Amino acid sequence: MAPSDKISTNNPPLLEVKNLRVEFPTRRGTLLAVDDVSFDIAPGEVLGVVGESGAGKSLTGNAIIGLLEPPGRIAGGEIRLEGRRIDNLPYEEMRKIRGARIGAIFQDPLTSLNPLYSVGRQLVETIQTHLPLSAAAARTRALDLLKEVGIPGAESRIDHYPHQFSGGMRQRVVIALALCAGPRLIVADEPTTALDVSIQAQIIALLKRLCREHGTAVMLVTHDMGVIAETADRVAVMYAGRIAEIGPVRDVVKHAKHPYTKGLMGSIPSLGVRTERLTQIDGAMPRLTEIPTGCAFNPRCTERGQRCMVERPDLMVAGTSRAACWLHDRGGVGAPVLKETVDA
Amino acid sequence: MPDGTGAQFVRLAGLKRYFDVSAPWLVRTIERRPRQIVQAVDGIDIEIAKGETFSLVGESGCGKSTVARLVVGLYPPTAGTIEFDGNDMAARHSRSDMAALRRRMQMIFQDPYASLNPRWRVFDIIAEPIRAFGLSKDKADLQKRVEDLLRQVKLMPADGRKFPHEFSGGQRQRVSIARALASQPEFLVCDEPTSALDVSVQAQILNLMVDLQRRFGLTYLFISHNLAVVYHISTRVGVMYLGRLVEVAPTETLFTRPKHPYTRMLLDTIPDLDMTGRQRSPVAGEVPSPINPPSGCTFHPRCPFANDRCKAERPMPISIEGGTVACHAIEEGRLPVEERTYVANS
Repeated sequence: MAPSDKISTNNPPLLEVKNLRVEFPTRRGTLLAVDDVSFDIAPGEVLGVVGESGAGKSLTGNAIIGLLEPPGRIAGGEIRLEGRRIDNLPYEEMRKIRGARIGAIFQDPLTSLNPLYSVGRQLVETIQTHLPLSAAAARTRALDLLKEVGIPGAESRIDHYPHQFSGGMRQRVVIALALCAGPRLIVADEPTTALDVSIQAQIIALLKRLCREHGTAVMLVTHDMGVIAETADRVAVMYAGRIAEIGPVRDVVKHAKHPYTKGLMGSIPSLGVRTERLTQIDGAMPRLTEIPTGCAFNPRCTERGQRCMVERPDLMVAGTSRAACWLHDRGGVGAPVLKETVDA
Repeated sequence: MPDGTGAQFVRLAGLKRYFDVSAPWLVRTIERRPRQIVQAVDGIDIEIAKGETFSLVGESGCGKSTVARLVVGLYPPTAGTIEFDGNDMAARHSRSDMAALRRRMQMIFQDPYASLNPRWRVFDIIAEPIRAFGLSKDKADLQKRVEDLLRQVKLMPADGRKFPHEFSGGQRQRVSIARALASQPEFLVCDEPTSALDVSVQAQILNLMVDLQRRFGLTYLFISHNLAVVYHISTRVGVMYLGRLVEVAPTETLFTRPKHPYTRMLLDTIPDLDMTGRQRSPVAGEVPSPINPPSGCTFHPRCPFANDRCKAERPMPISIEGGTVACHAIEEGRLPVEERTYVANS
C-alpha cells in the first residue's frame, strides 16, 4: 500500500495483511481491538511485533492463524498467505493450513503440550496429520526434529512426557512441533517470555538458526524489545490496536520516529549510562472503551498538536520507516508543536 | 566484608532455608524412597548499609525470593541469623518490641493482581498497616495519612474509594507501594516489583521508587532477574546461583569487571539493544535441580573453567575489589578479570 515497502513484484510477500480489523462484541458495545492493521512478511523474513499488553499484537497473530477466541472476530480486511485468502476459510480448511503452512509457538510451553501424551506421540500425530508418512517414517522424522532443536539424548527423550522436560526443553519441543510439516510461516507469540534469561538466549539462537536453514518466515510477537532487536529484520510497534511505526529494526530502535516508540525505547533501562531517572511515558495505554479521538496516543504525547486531537494519522513515510504520526506529514503543514505537560 | 561504612543496617549471616518436599511417610516407606530436601537458600551472608539499594539477581529457582521472604519473616530460617538494625530477629522479643521491629520493614510483591485483596477498597488496603500498628490518632488523621500516601505514589485521594480491579497493573503496584509505605518503614524488600509490568510502566515505577528512596531515606533489598533494571537501581548487587551467593560487588564493578563465570554468563544474556552486533553467547545447560545440587561448586557442570577442584570442593567467598566472589578459578588466578564496556543507548 505504501511505496516505501521494499518488497518488489518479483518477490511477492509470503503473508499479506490488509486493513485487518478484529472486534469483540460486548453488551456495552463493540470493542475494536485491532484497528486497520496492514503489513506484509517476505519469505524468510522475521517481522517483530512489539507493544504493551492490550496493544492488540497477540490478537493480530491469532487472527492470522485463525485462532481468535469467540466472541472475537475478524470484522474487516483480508489476510493472504502466498496470495491465497485465508481469513474467510471454513474451519476445516483452515485446520489444514494451520500446522502445514503456518506453525504456531505460544508463550507457555506447558499449556501447548498435552500432558497425557509423550512428546514423540504428539510429534508423530502432528506429522501424520499433515504429511503422508507411515508411523515408522513419522517417528524417524520426529526424532530428527528433536535432534535439530537440540534436545540431548533425543532417542530416549522422545518417549518422555512433557512434565519430564524443563521449561527450555519444553519450548524446544514446541518449536519442533511447529516445524513438523515444514511451514512457510511461524507465528511465535511471546516464545521466550516464560523462560529464564540464559535459556531465552538459547531459544532465540535456535529460532534464528532454524528459520535461516529452512527459509521459514517468522512473525515474532513479544513485548521484549531486546528480543526483537536481536532477532527481527523489521519491526512493527503497536499501540491501542494500531501500528504506530513499522520499519527496519535498526532504524526503529536507534532512530525512532513516533513519539511513542521514542518513549518506549527510552524507558528501557540500558547498560552504559546510569541515569538518575529513566525516561517515562506518563499515563497508561487507553482501554479499548475509551480510545481518544484523533491519534490514540495524544493524551500521553509530549509533541501533540491541535491536529492530533481531532484527526487520526495513518502510516506515513518517515525516513526508512513509516510512522502513524502527524509530525511526519509532508503534504500539509506539520503538526504545530504544542509543548505541554500531560497529566496522568 | 565490612567495608568501614559504619554499622550495617541489615545483616544476614549463614542464612539457610531448606524445604522438605518428600513424599508422605507411608509412600516413602513402601517405595523405599529417601527424604527429599530442597536447599533453597544454602548459607548466604549479606550486609546492607542504611540508605543503599542491594539487589539480588539470578535465574528462577536460585532462591532469591526465598531470601526476600526470610528477611521479612514470612519463613523462619533453617539456620543462620537475620539482624535488623542490631536486633537479632530470631531472639525472643516481647510482642510489642516485635511489632515495632516489623513496622520498620515492609515488602512489595511481584504480582499486583494477587497481592491486593479484591474485596477491600484501596483506602482500607492502605489504612490496614496504619490501623494495625496504631499509628493514627483518630479518623481524620487516618484519612489524611492515606490521602498523603496516595499522593506520594501519584494517585488521586479520590482513588481510595475504588476497588483494586478498577486499576491497571501499574496503578495497582502504586497501591502496593503506598501500603508498604503506610507504616513509615525504613527498609523495603521488593520482590520483582516490576516484572509483571510493561516497560513504560516499569520506568514509572522505578522512577517512583528512586524518588521515594531519596525522600524518606529508604533502604531497599531489590530482587530481580532483569539485569538492566538492577544496573539502573542498585548500589550493590549480589548474584545468586542455586541457593548460594556467587558474587557480590558494587554495581559498576559487577557490570564492568565481572569475576565469577556465572556473572559473566548472565551479563552475556542481556539482550543487545545497541545493535552493536554483539552475539549473546547462548550458554549450554540449565539450572540443575536444587534437590540434588552438583557437588563442590554448584556451577561446575555449566562452567567452562571448571577443573577437578571445582567438582569436589565448595568455594568460599574471597574479598576482591570491594566485593566478594566464590570461585576457585578466580582465587587461584586461573581466570583473569574481564573488562567490559557498554555503549550508551542514545
